[in-house]
Amino acid sequence: MGAAIEVKNLNVWFGKAQVLQDVNISASANAVTAVIGPSGCGKSTFIRCLNRMHETIPGARLSGSVQIGDVDIYKSGQDPVDVRRRIGMVFQKPNPFPTMSIYDNVAAGLRLNGYGNRQVLDQVVEHSLRMAALWDEVKDVLKKKSGASLSGGQQQRLCIARALAVQPDLLLMDEPCSALDPISTGKIEELVFQLKTEFTVVIVTHNMQQAARVADYTGFFLMGKLIEHDKTEKIFTTPSDKRTEDYITGRFG
Amino acid sequence: MPSLSRPLSLRRRIANLGFLVLSAGAAVAVLAPLAAIFGYLVVRGIGALDWNFVTQTPRPIGEPGGGMANAIVGSLMLLGLGSLFGLPLGIGAGVYMAEFSTGRYANVVRFTADVLNGVPSIVVGVAVYALVVLPQQHFSALSGGVALGIMMIPTIARTTEEMLHMVPHSIREAALGLGVSQWRTTLSVTLRSASKGVITGVMLAFARVAGETAPLLFTAFGNQFWNFDPNQPTAALPLQIFAYAISPFEEWHRLAWAGALILILLIAVSVTAVRIVVSRGTMQHNA
Repeated sequence: MGAAIEVKNLNVWFGKAQVLQDVNISASANAVTAVIGPSGCGKSTFIRCLNRMHETIPGARLSGSVQIGDVDIYKSGQDPVDVRRRIGMVFQKPNPFPTMSIYDNVAAGLRLNGYGNRQVLDQVVEHSLRMAALWDEVKDVLKKKSGASLSGGQQQRLCIARALAVQPDLLLMDEPCSALDPISTGKIEELVFQLKTEFTVVIVTHNMQQAARVADYTGFFLMGKLIEHDKTEKIFTTPSDKRTEDYITGRFG
Repeated sequence: MPSLSRPLSLRRRIANLGFLVLSAGAAVAVLAPLAAIFGYLVVRGIGALDWNFVTQTPRPIGEPGGGMANAIVGSLMLLGLGSLFGLPLGIGAGVYMAEFSTGRYANVVRFTADVLNGVPSIVVGVAVYALVVLPQQHFSALSGGVALGIMMIPTIARTTEEMLHMVPHSIREAALGLGVSQWRTTLSVTLRSASKGVITGVMLAFARVAGETAPLLFTAFGNQFWNFDPNQPTAALPLQIFAYAISPFEEWHRLAWAGALILILLIAVSVTAVRIVVSRGTMQHNA
């Protein structure tokens, strides 16, 4: 089951520059939320705050609260490593572990966290690769081929399978299709649509058609602020803010 | 408008050929000394190289025959001990600089490593003499190992650091994003991705100290007999070669040549063996 998200008064600074201002947004469980906006508007930072990945950048600071399911992920004493175990992330560029086989890539999340039961791992790997629609293409070379030997689109689906293997409550996707061709993009969009039966999905995208195709809700960011957040049809047909309308009609950005 | 469709001028053709010859010449000049040294060693050393050489200890002056078996074993022991000290410290320092420190302290470590790299090997020997041999009251293979280990650290640390810097940040993020702790990410993902480069650095350091004589003079000291005890003085190939090469005896000169040949073969074989094992062990990208 997916988890609902509740973000309150989120402010983020990198050094002295404030990159997110007073963001309030909520997403219901098992929905797909798209985050759109021009480059540099803070959408990647926003999604990285949902699993505390922004903390890997030196000088990052944050105020406000993020509730995922029943956990306040920024409450004091909360270990970011535990947060990330419950949240899967897929990055802009496919980043399979180059020294690991396809199988090892998918099993990595469990193995590196100390889980080693081979039978269970076999099952999880197959299930995750099936969910990521990659199983049929790789089932004969699971342990023979390196994750890096696959094509770009396959690598990204491998990364999705790897993220799903730890059975997260929430799946974050940071422009997962920006490095892919239209056919691979289509496959991944189809996948996102199916994944929401089991996970809550937040997807950052530059591609507005993509947001319209896959997302139930869409949030529009501009210069570090969440301008508007509503049902996707509403955002793309009758946005309530002039700036949203300008952006989706291509007047800027 | 100058046209690019006309054929190259004669001047350009000659210049092309000239640069080709120059760079090919430079490549040959780089290979030539190594080939010359190795060829000369083979020519001079192969005559004295027999079964006795690798199974017997040195004979007293005037008695023909004998070998350097104890020095071969001693060198292996010294290199093993050196790696035991140098590997974990070097790799640990490299990992620290690349993964765990953002600030001034990493610069201090880096600078220190670079200075240590420039310290003459005889000085390292003297330092270890003062730090290990004097308190122990006797020469030992252990102190020789410490000296070699200290000399391995800077090369290993700096290569480890540089190889880790070459691992794309996205790989670390992938692991961290899966909820893997930082030390586990470093150990199982980042270091593993950089393993080929790190091992090359280790082998460079290994090959460099394998032939070191100066730091062993007053640490391992040398020994005419078998020794398997790390706490006792031990023979080493470079020491034995040195002792024999400066001796006035023709027989010993022959043995010194053979010893030098064995030393080079030892380095070449171990470096090649590690390379092969490593390339078998890691996944091929296009397999």
